[in-house]
Amino acid sequence: MEFAFIIEKFILIIVVFVITLVIAMYSTLAERKVAGFMQDRLGPDRAGIFGILQPLCDGGKFFFKEEIIPAGAHRPLFILGPTLAIITACIGSAVIPWGQALTIGDRVVELQVADVNVGILYIFGVVALGVYGIMLGGWASNNKFSLMGAVRAASQSISYELAMGLSIIALLMVTQSLSLKEIVAQQEGFVNWNIWAQPLGFLIFLICAFAETNRVPFDLPECETELVGGYHTEYSSMKLGLYMFSEYINMFVSSALMAAIYFGGYNFPFMYDLGLSANWITIIGVFVFFIKIIAFIFFFMWIRWTLPRFRYDQLMNLGWKMLIPLALANIALTGVFIILKDKFF
Amino acid sequence: MTVFYFVAFLSLFFAVMTIISKNPVHSVLYLVVTFFTFSIHYILLNAQFLAVVNFIIYMGAIMVLFLFVLMLLNMNEDSEPLKSIFVKAMGVIAGMCFIIILAASFKVLQTSPPLEIINPEIGLVGNLGKVLFKEFLLPFEISSILLLTAMVGAVLLGKKDKKKA
Amino acid sequence: MQSLSNRKKILEQEPMNFWERIYLPAIFKGLAITLRHFFMKKNTIRYPEETREYSKNFRGMHSLKRDELGRERCTACGLCALSCPAEAITMIAAERQKGEENLYREEKYAAVYEINMLRCIFCGLCEEACPKEAIYLDGPHVPPEYLRKDFIYGKDKLVEQPFINLEELSLNK
Ligand code: SF4
Ligand code: SF4
Repeated sequence: MEFAFIIEKFILIIVVFVITLVIAMYSTLAERKVAGFMQDRLGPDRAGIFGILQPLCDGGKFFFKEEIIPAGAHRPLFILGPTLAIITACIGSAVIPWGQALTIGDRVVELQVADVNVGILYIFGVVALGVYGIMLGGWASNNKFSLMGAVRAASQSISYELAMGLSIIALLMVTQSLSLKEIVAQQEGFVNWNIWAQPLGFLIFLICAFAETNRVPFDLPECETELVGGYHTEYSSMKLGLYMFSEYINMFVSSALMAAIYFGGYNFPFMYDLGLSANWITIIGVFVFFIKIIAFIFFFMWIRWTLPRFRYDQLMNLGWKMLIPLALANIALTGVFIILKDKFF
Repeated sequence: MTVFYFVAFLSLFFAVMTIISKNPVHSVLYLVVTFFTFSIHYILLNAQFLAVVNFIIYMGAIMVLFLFVLMLLNMNEDSEPLKSIFVKAMGVIAGMCFIIILAASFKVLQTSPPLEIINPEIGLVGNLGKVLFKEFLLPFEISSILLLTAMVGAVLLGKKDKKKA
Repeated sequence: MQSLSNRKKILEQEPMNFWERIYLPAIFKGLAITLRHFFMKKNTIRYPEETREYSKNFRGMHSLKRDELGRERCTACGLCALSCPAEAITMIAAERQKGEENLYREEKYAAVYEINMLRCIFCGLCEEACPKEAIYLDGPHVPPEYLRKDFIYGKDKLVEQPFINLEELSLNK
């Protein structure tokens, strides 16, 4: 590993990190704006034009608020909970390919922090780890509602991880690779996007992504009407901020993942027919990728302000009795199609 | 090599912590960290797929379920039943036997010749799948039947007994 | 149970058909509705800059009126305090001295007149009770404060600003 390589990766990591945080910050504003607009209101618009300084104000407020650790709480774990939540949320974006390689001088810079050859599984692992943050926080709070939230989060995430994994298996049968970089590179142009090959798989994946990020309609771990605040009932100040932040970062990462594996990532239609140089294609590609991600984030919010929350038994029924059989059927169907295609075309 | 020794030390340390910590939740958390170090071992052995699967299944699912159960049980020192002196004596004897066996096993210990990794890609998914579905197809299928049996058994136990209730 | 009015109707709930059971069409319908609202005109009125139009008989902050010569009309009769259901008004009466005729219209006037805006329910009964047409609830909202004591409004806040310059008036005499 030469020095330039380390510097290059270092810069890339910093950039990805900053972009992630900024997008998460502005998602909090966007969420309230979208909520407002869908309810015929304006949403927050006092801090700066169109409210663009609102996230800074919120952040400042979180930092300066009094921090309360309940007397009966388990102190180390109480602190570990939000820490773990935010760390696992942040490391998920490491394997996402943001664009093709950039050529600067005679160096080829890959716009991906780490090309792990089991990239998709890596993201799964990180998502699976994310639930520890919630569980530890909920348990350490020493509060019934928090504990219930934690338990709900755990069982929900395990149930939906299964369906998610199964829907991914069908995708992998199509792509023949676990590396995100390769999966994205295969979806050149428009007709090669995996969504056309795997519509059902995408639907299942989408639903599971909502469940894994604890977003409405699956936000039962923090459901206000039943559990006060769920696992973060006892949290205050920046610790609460970290939990909320990790939710938004998770949303960003899962949007990026969906855009990458089903919607072609940085690929856009006619990308090689416009006669642009490779570097320009890369830059436009990154731009297109972010547009796709933001569209997904908007979709997350759109759903949130449209659908009511599930009941817990409905959630479990949907996960185990609908999505898992569907995902299995999808695998079988995909297999049949692949064989037919090999035979006849 | 130093990385290996460091990680090996960590896994032993956390494994010991798993056993000696009093609070069951701490125990589970130490176990989680132990599994994490195992994952690192796998990566050092160039078996990324195994590493990630270990990560997802053990850390992400099984240990979450452990934690889940422990959190609901609310175990602490007060609810621990006092063990009689007899049980303690039994424990000491069993432990001694274990140590003797361990010590004895050292006598027959040999260092195996250093392993040559013929194919550095051996740990990747494709190769793993080929090996599993060609050379080890029968054991693989049998183990799946085993898992299915366990699953059916679990569902059976979990079902409410309609006659009694 | 037997129906007494014979108007009871038993609602038959049909089992959901396939499209209803997979929820997706319903979800898309909902999404379309929210998206339509996304682009609709917003109802927000950005308060301090814009205000909603008030009804003509809106009752806001009180003001103690002056007559056409700029003298305070209130004679401290206490009828407003008596009529007030919330007991928000207190006052201390005083006698008008020689030379104060240009300040107070009647021989008796309110030296101290206080309304506790936290108690007041803006019913307007004080306005109705006043025989001298001295008090009207024609102001805007009561502005927020940090301390409770700041909500007890004295004469400094209640008496309306003299619309005639008092010095000019005395010069004319
Ligand atoms: S408006 Fe009603 S409550 Fe308020 S001071 Fe007058 S009489 Fe009392
Ligand atoms: S405001 Fe009217 S009712 Fe009240 S004390 Fe003065 S004159 Fe009397």
